Amino acid sequence: MIPLAKLLEAALFASPRPIPTDELAALAPEASKAEVAAALDGLREHYDVDGHGVELVEMAGGWQILTRPEYTEAIERAQLAARPQRLSAASLETLAIIAYRQPIGRGEIEEIRGVSVGSILKSLHERGLIEVVGRAEGLGRPLLYATTPLFLEQFALRHLEELPRADELAIALRPAPQPL
Amino acid sequence: MSATLEPTADGAALPEERSFVIDLPAYAGPLDLLLALIRDEKVDIYDIPIAHIAKQFLVRIRQLQLNDAAEYLELAARLLRIKAQMLLPRHGPEETWEDPRAELVRRLLEYQQMREVVDILERRGDERRSRFGRAFLPESVEPVAAPLALSLGELLAAVDRILRVTKEPTVHTVVARALDVPGAIAYVRRILGERKRTRLMELLAADAEPWQVISMLLALLELAKQGELRLVQPRPFASVDIADHDPAGQAA
Repeated sequence: MIPLAKLLEAALFASPRPIPTDELAALAPEASKAEVAAALDGLREHYDVDGHGVELVEMAGGWQILTRPEYTEAIERAQLAARPQRLSAASLETLAIIAYRQPIGRGEIEEIRGVSVGSILKSLHERGLIEVVGRAEGLGRPLLYATTPLFLEQFALRHLEELPRADELAIALRPAPQPL
Repeated sequence: MSATLEPTADGAALPEERSFVIDLPAYAGPLDLLLALIRDEKVDIYDIPIAHIAKQFLVRIRQLQLNDAAEYLELAARLLRIKAQMLLPRHGPEETWEDPRAELVRRLLEYQQMREVVDILERRGDERRSRFGRAFLPESVEPVAAPLALSLGELLAAVDRILRVTKEPTVHTVVARALDVPGAIAYVRRILGERKRTRLMELLAADAEPWQVISMLLALLELAKQGELRLVQPRPFASVDIADHDPAGQAA
């Protein structure tokens, strides 16, 4: 391994959260962006090819060393770490709407879901998955919500664009295009 | 199938209180239930047989004991309204007729889109949850309930240790002792009647008890306030000089 890759590996090992790419680059000011990217790719390959128990995952605009899923059960059995709780279906629905429509107010979310979401917004906010980014114009100036970097992190998304575009969804329910 | 109540962060659901429905394991909301119906009945979402679906919807919410959940009832009412609108005779040319189901279809499509995103998020979330980072602290992990591994001897030894460490509590007996301010005032007046000047230390006996010191202090302050004497302390912690208040004598 080249020295730059070793340095990055040490930093990634020390961090409990993904390290943003530019922060990794700041560790080695003499290295170019391309060199850092190449070193990260090399490191990822090193873990993948040589068969390591951990892997390098890119998400939320950064990188993190994570254990491989095949060892999750053994680690949990030994009580060394525990999987965080799954979000409820209602929470996931609310998150999905916010992810696509952000910034979005509570009323709009409720209209799409057909149920009230007050307590769900509160709990998502407490979990740090959404944040208030402003107020809408108009009656009551409702709060507008958006997803946070922690949301990307907890769903292992590199960025929001990794989710399919809205017009790629629900194709099965769409009518056949009308012949012109 | 009965609706089971899931406790939420906002408060535990009461199992007997059926009117307090929060979240159902089977359906995330009325639109979810309606979509499931449409799938189960294998009907075309663009040509929903409203009368049939509305009836099925009502049957389902009764089975699920959801008939007092406002959100489900609202959709049921909407379905019945669309059904009524469909029965109205159509006036005017066919092209200008607006399908009363159009809004419902739009909402269902939107909801279905979102459900697909939920599936993606669920998958990605599971993938992420099955990988641990270094010192990854999950937000809410119940502490593992381990049985207490302790022998009777160890337990008794622990109790003994605590009993030995615990000292007898220190008890102060507080005796209320009345101050004698009028007595001290009389004493000061008598002294000042004999000589014009004195000092605080001279007024107090060497073995004066705290109550006597305080009585004397209050007496002096009271007399100074009434203008019977002057108190002068040249420096901090210096002895307090007490002089009979006599402007003429002072001027001299």
